[in-house]
This record gives sequence, C-alpha cells and structure tokens, in this order.
Amino acid sequence: MLHNRSIGELADLLAKKQVSSVELTRHFLDRIERLNPALNAVITPTAELGLAAAAVADRRRSSGEAAPLLGIPLIHKDIFCTHGVRTSCGSRMLDNFIAPYDATVVERLSVAGAVMLGKANMDEFAMGSSNETSFYGPVKNPWDTSKVPGGSSGGSAAATAARLAPFATGTDTGGSIRQPAALTGITGLKPTYGRVSRYGMIAFASSLDQAGVFARSAADVAIVLQAMAGFDPKDSTSVDVPVPDYGAALDRPLKGLRIGLLAEFFTGLEARNRALIENALQVYRRLGAVTVEVSLPHLPLSVPTYYVVAPAECSSNLSRFDGVRFGYRCDDPKDLKDLYCRSRGEGFGAEVKRRIMTGTYVLSAGYFDAYYLKAQKVRQLITDEFRAAFTQVDVLIGPTTPTPAFAIGAKVDDPITMYLNDIYTIGANLAGLPGLSMPCGLIDGLPMGLQLIGPHFSEERLLNAAHQYQMASDWHSLAPRGYE
Amino acid sequence: MSDWEVVVGLEIHAQLATKSKIFSGAATAYGAAPNSQASLVDLAYPGVLPVLNAEAVRMAVKFGLSIGAEVARRSIFARKNYFYPDLPKGYQISQYEDPVVKRGSLKIVLDDGSVKTIGITRAHLEEDAGKSLHEGLAHASGIDLNRAGTPLLEIVSEPDMRSAKEAVAYMKKVHTLVRYLEICDGNMQEGSFRCDANVSVRPRGQEKFGTRAEIKNLNSFRFVEKAIQYEVARQIELIESGGKVLQETRLYDSDKHETRSMRSKEEANDYRYFPDPDLLPLEIDPAFVAQVRTSLPELPDEKAARFAADFGLSPYDAGVLSASRELGAYFEAVVAKAGPSHAKLAANWVMGELSSALNRDGLDIDASRVAPQALAGLLARIVDQTISGKIAKDVFEAMWSEGGDADSIIAAKGLKQISDSGAIDAAIDAVMAANPAQLAEYRSGKDKLFGFFVGQVMKATQGKANPAQLNELLKAKLGGP
Repeated sequence: MLHNRSIGELADLLAKKQVSSVELTRHFLDRIERLNPALNAVITPTAELGLAAAAVADRRRSSGEAAPLLGIPLIHKDIFCTHGVRTSCGSRMLDNFIAPYDATVVERLSVAGAVMLGKANMDEFAMGSSNETSFYGPVKNPWDTSKVPGGSSGGSAAATAARLAPFATGTDTGGSIRQPAALTGITGLKPTYGRVSRYGMIAFASSLDQAGVFARSAADVAIVLQAMAGFDPKDSTSVDVPVPDYGAALDRPLKGLRIGLLAEFFTGLEARNRALIENALQVYRRLGAVTVEVSLPHLPLSVPTYYVVAPAECSSNLSRFDGVRFGYRCDDPKDLKDLYCRSRGEGFGAEVKRRIMTGTYVLSAGYFDAYYLKAQKVRQLITDEFRAAFTQVDVLIGPTTPTPAFAIGAKVDDPITMYLNDIYTIGANLAGLPGLSMPCGLIDGLPMGLQLIGPHFSEERLLNAAHQYQMASDWHSLAPRGYE
Repeated sequence: MSDWEVVVGLEIHAQLATKSKIFSGAATAYGAAPNSQASLVDLAYPGVLPVLNAEAVRMAVKFGLSIGAEVARRSIFARKNYFYPDLPKGYQISQYEDPVVKRGSLKIVLDDGSVKTIGITRAHLEEDAGKSLHEGLAHASGIDLNRAGTPLLEIVSEPDMRSAKEAVAYMKKVHTLVRYLEICDGNMQEGSFRCDANVSVRPRGQEKFGTRAEIKNLNSFRFVEKAIQYEVARQIELIESGGKVLQETRLYDSDKHETRSMRSKEEANDYRYFPDPDLLPLEIDPAFVAQVRTSLPELPDEKAARFAADFGLSPYDAGVLSASRELGAYFEAVVAKAGPSHAKLAANWVMGELSSALNRDGLDIDASRVAPQALAGLLARIVDQTISGKIAKDVFEAMWSEGGDADSIIAAKGLKQISDSGAIDAAIDAVMAANPAQLAEYRSGKDKLFGFFVGQVMKATQGKANPAQLNELLKAKLGGP
C-alpha cells in the first residue's frame, strides 16, 4: 500500500511515473477523511490547496525536476503560519486567524515540492504533553484511541503513525516531538536549537522552541530535515553553519561509536522500560558501539528549571494576543481593560493561563532573582555538563518517556505529574541539543521510544545511529492496528 | 529660592535616522497614512521575529564615540513588558542592564562663560511605540503603528544639571551633536528629539538628593525650561508648606504651563524586564568601533576650537558658528573666498544679516538665498571700500530678495561709495552754504552739531560718501578757513 511506503520509495514511484503526486495526495486525503474522525489529528484539511500543489509538483516532475520531496504529501503542525490557511495554534484565541504569510519551514518545504494535506491538532500554544489542552479537543492515539498520543505535537505524531501522511512537521520545546513520537511508535527529531528557522512558528518559549520532523524512519527524517534546515536571516537565533548531506551519512558503520548511558536516566527507571533499552543497546553493541557510563548531576533539576524559563518566556510571547489586531476579541468590551481581560480570559485555555501566570510571577520584581535568574544559572550548569559529557561520548542513549501512552483524562487535573512526563526530554531543550526518539519495543501493546541525544549540530550522527539501528531491527515498521 | 538647589537629569530620546525600522524592514518616514508603514513584525503578528538593523547599531556607536563613552563589546536587548494598544507585542524591546553605550560626557557653556561637564550615564537602543489616536473617532480609539519599531537612542544623563537653563543648554548640546553625527534629524515637532526630565530640589549644601518627579515627553527647548521651572517652584512651595514631594511621573501641559501627576510610584508598572530570547546578545567588534571612529565628522567642540584658533573668533562666535554642521560649512565657505584675515567680518555677517534674513523667512542655512560665494563677494566690496557697511546692508537685502551678485547690484543702483575728495568737498560746501545758522553755532562751540553735518552730507550723497573720508574732510572744513 502506498501509505506504508517510505519517502524514498514514494519519490521513486513518482520519478518512474508509477504514481502521480495528485494520486498520492488523493490517497492520503482519502485516508484523512476516513480515519481522522476517530483520531482528531487533523483539524484543518487543505484538500484543495493540496491537490493544486500536487498538480504543480507533477508538472515540475514532468519538466525534469527530481527533488526528493517533490510531490510528497505532509501535514503541518498548526503552529506554523500557512499563508491563507487558518493557523490556530490549537487555541480559541486564533480560531479565526488566517495567516498572511508562510513560516520559513512551510516555505522551504513548499519550495522543495512537498504537498500540504492539512494542519495538525496540537496542545494549545504547544503547552501540554498529551494533546488534551487543544481548543479542538484531544487527539487519540492510533494504537489505542482511549490513550493520549503525547504532546504537544500530538496531531502530527498520530497522523504520521496512522499513515495519514508520510511525514509531518512538529515543534519541540520540552519534548513535544520526541515524546509523542515515542508514544505513537514513530521517529521524531528535534534538531539543534538554531538549525531550523523559527520564523513563522508561533512562539511558546523562544529560547527552547525548535522545529523538527515526524516520519516513520530515520532515513525519511533525514530527507525532510535536509529541506528544512539552514540559516534564515529572518530568525536571528538561527545559526549559519553549513547543512551536511544527512542522507549520505546514514550508512556509516557504527564501529567504535561511544554511547553514553546517563546515570540520571536509569535510576528509578521502570524495569520493562529498562529492558527495552537494554535490548536496543545490545543491537548497538553488535553494530560495534561501546557504552560508557556518564553522569550529569544537575540534570534532575531540568524539569523545575524548564517550568520557570518556559513560562517566563511564554508570559511575554503571548502578550500580543490582546484582542486588538487579530485573533479572538470578546463581545462588547466596556473599556480597554475589559477588552484585554475578557479577550484573553475567554480566548486562552486553562493550561495556557496557568503558564502565563507562573511566568509573570517568576519575572516579577522581588522574585526575578530567585526564580528566573536562578533557573538560567541551572540551565547553564546543565548545558556545561552535557558539553563535558560529549567529550567522552558521541551520543547519549536512554528512554524518551517514563511510561507508554496514558489514558485520556488520567493526568489532566495533575499538572505536576503531567510535567514529569518530559523528565527525559527537557534536558536537550535547555542545552539546545538535538534529540531523536525512535520506537524500540512495546509495553502493554503500546510503543516505547529510545532517545538519542547528541552534541550541537550532530543531527548527521543521530540519524546515522538511528538508521543503523532501524536496519538491524524492525520496531519502526510496526503499524498500529487498523492503520496498516 | 536661594535656599534650594535644583537637581535635573534628562533622558533624551533621539529617533535614529535609519531608513528602516530597528527590527523590521518597514520604512520610518514621517507622516505616511496610518499603518501604511507597519509590517507584520511591527504589527506583532504571530510567529514573526525581530532582526536588528545594523545601521542603528552603527549610529549608536557613533554617538558613544563622540561623547567619549565606552562602547560595550556585548550588550543585551531586553523586553519591557506592559500592555498598551500602541505597543503591539505587549513588550518594548529595549536595553536594560547592559546598554550599548556606557559612561560618557558632554561640555556645556554656562551664562558666565564657564564650562561645565555633564555626565552621560548610558545610551541604549530601543524601539518606539505606535500612537493612539483619539480624535475624530466616535466611541473608539484608533491606532497608528507607523512609528512602532522606529529606532530610538535613549540618552540618559547624570543628575548633573542645577537649573532649567543648564538642562536646556545640555539638551541643545545633544541636539547639535546628533545632527552633526547625522544620526537624528532633530525635528522636535515631529517628535524625533524629545526628553523626560527628572527634577528634584534639596536644601543647598545637602548631599542627599531630594525625591524626584519625572516629567514625561517634553518636545521643545522652551517646554523643557518652562516645565522644569514650574516643577521646581511646585516642589519648593510644597516642601516649604510642610508637604512632601512624591516620587511620581508627571505630564507637562504646554497650554497651562504646569505639570500634572500621571501616576505615582505605587501605580508604576512592574515591567518584568528579561533578556529577549529572540535576539542574540549584541556583540560589537573593536575593529568595527575603530572603523566607525574614522568615519566621525569634526565634532562641534572641535570645530569651535578650530574657529577660535584659526580665525581669532571669540568663544561665543565660534560656538554659534559651529552649532550646526551646515552653518559651520557656510561660514567656512565664505572665509575661504573672503580670506582668513576677514573671518571676523564674515562671522559678523553670517551671524547678523544672514541669520536674521534666514529667521525672517523661516529658512535653513542650506536654503539661504545668498550663497557663501556671493556673500564673500559683498564682503570684498566692504573691504576695498567700494561701499560702506551701511550700504552693504542694502546691497545684501537686494541680493536676498532679487538675487544677483554684489557688484552688479552696486553698479545698477549706483551705490558705489564716493571716495573722490573733490566730490565730497563739493557736497560739504553745499551743505555748509545751505545751513549758515548751524555752521555759526558749531563754530561757536556747539560740537554736537558735527553729527548734523555728517547726516546732511550723507543725505546729499545718498549715503555713498566714504564715511572716514567724510569725517576727515568735514572736520577740516567746519573748523574754518
């Protein structure tokens, strides 16, 4: 079936004219129509635009172009601005917002010939770990629709896992790509901070946000990253370092690869989770890698650090949603204050408000030093410890999440437990490091993720290591029942 | 009043003369249709990001170098958070703890001619807000975001000024400097150059500063002077009648010439400053600073010193003529033609007739109707005694209103000075013959009548008699045969 093909295979079929992009697009649009109602992964299908883009891609192919993503369908997380298409960020606040421009990620993928099928559901303003904070309702995990898909990029992950598109974009501020990738059994990459432009990506926490990719294999992720990565003059925090050929590095042998095992990741790790990781490490050892124990003493402070830094930035980033120029505006405001209070009060959901309030508090006079400044210091310590660890090892390997997907509703009333879901992923965001999650087995019939973290700008190495594992195992080709 | 000492510090906002905004590519020109110069970045659309305008940085560095300040190798953009409709992002990007320019100073000349150094604590880059429009809209307010994101250099002085006059002198000095550097057009009506004044009073001799009030948004030198004077009087009266000055922000009402409380310290916003994560720290390479240094023009003080030294001008004249680059250039062009030995004469004419003609017609020196070369041509005729200084004023007026050079006007109007002693003698004889009574009085000792005879001869010669020659000849003739 077309939807089980890799991006490479699809490109091959397109090149050989065995299928057209329009046909491919129809195939996936049809799947979205049939399967999405049970999942709620796609909130804004863009069939018309998609078919038109597919027709253009077909014409480009017939005029001799052969880019690897030319004519390949995708779904964008609804955090990326898409010209002329509603860009809601999962919020009532932007339910009426039609973006007047394309995010750089959207533009680059569009130039590469990728075809947008629709916009994916997400936690409101990317704040959540279960996709339950969305104004559009929760996303269901295709492996078990009573379970969450993870978040915040839950729609992108569920759609990719359910084969509603060959790949999807996501963003990762504290684990929002890696955690849902793990919980839905697919491969997700959060690149180095600055590797992919943030322009046009609605900001949650600017110093942590990074755009990335969901696909079903590391090889597919490599193809997509190739098109997304690179310096963007419109984003001052994007970094001007050359983009390597990610595909070319995939087949490098892993002999001698030094894998670091973080003591902090393994203490208290649930036995079945540990066993899955042990199995994966056995594969790596067979491939010639060696494992080294390392420790990052301050890593356990990453969750509290994150929940100071991220809310602080979000409290400021979300100030622009004031009911004045765009987005939700309350009915009949009495005066300016009423306009602000009710537009924001009615437009934002509970989790967003919680973080805005937390962030406002930690930046306030008298609390700034104790919270924000201290968090920045800890963040620096964690970054330094990662840096030191990478003088001894090439890649860190550990779990992506403590548990498999949990039941919808199970943690919504307990934000702290919800926040602890990101305990293994947040460190990479604080340090700006690239991280990848890929499936490494099942617990209770639900997928679990193996996380790889590398030094800055080591995406090549992470994709290589992930690809080699996927060549030697087949967890990544497992599909949820009903979506094969 | 004499028991109190006034303490003033100014925060000057100079709008930098960049073509585009500080964090977006939108134009900065004044007076465009509302919101026609607001890009998605200025409108704070979801997802957009700021990109720093390098030209604004170069201008800030220029300013820093010209006040002998330290240009920070690393400075930080911070967010100042507050809600207001003319602030689209809900925060202003500014610099807080680490400004780009630190610790400089400027010299001002006081009334008694002494020179005082005013410390400049810092100068930092920030973006301007938009404007709320309340007029002409029923039950609504409009917002014009054309100005949002316009680059500003906020120049913060030490509390070094001791009177409203000193504050104005300092503000004028900064005004002159930013225009010299071509980093600000200095247009105060359009708000390109404005200031907030921090004003307090303390008993003379007391070291501790009094509680200060901050007067916002003063956009003329006169308003600065008036507002400070009013505020000083208000504070003294308040304290002397047993009250206490509150730390607060006040607004100046330019119609009533008074200040009014806007908000107290307790009502002040908590701006929750923190480093803007969308912008990297601003790193300035010493090589860049060195390169900017070489591009600095001659600064006002340097020019004034040169005028005084090279042309023998008084410090006052040198100061006036160096107050703007354009005026200095005009003066130098006149001197270049007239010759340095006539610099004093040139200075008098530029500061006298030329300046009043410019003022009268509301023209800038660049738009002068008399070009420097033409003025020098006129001065040459004074020097060679073709015309008297008095006639020269008439010639200048003719040049100003009708154009043309001095020589052709002198020829056409027959204004050439009469230096022919025969002709002057004849005129004197005629006047003496026509006024026998006055002549008799003069000869009997009424010396004062000398002026009468001068006037009569001048009248007879239409003012063209060479004054020195006339004096000499007249004195001899009146004295009797």
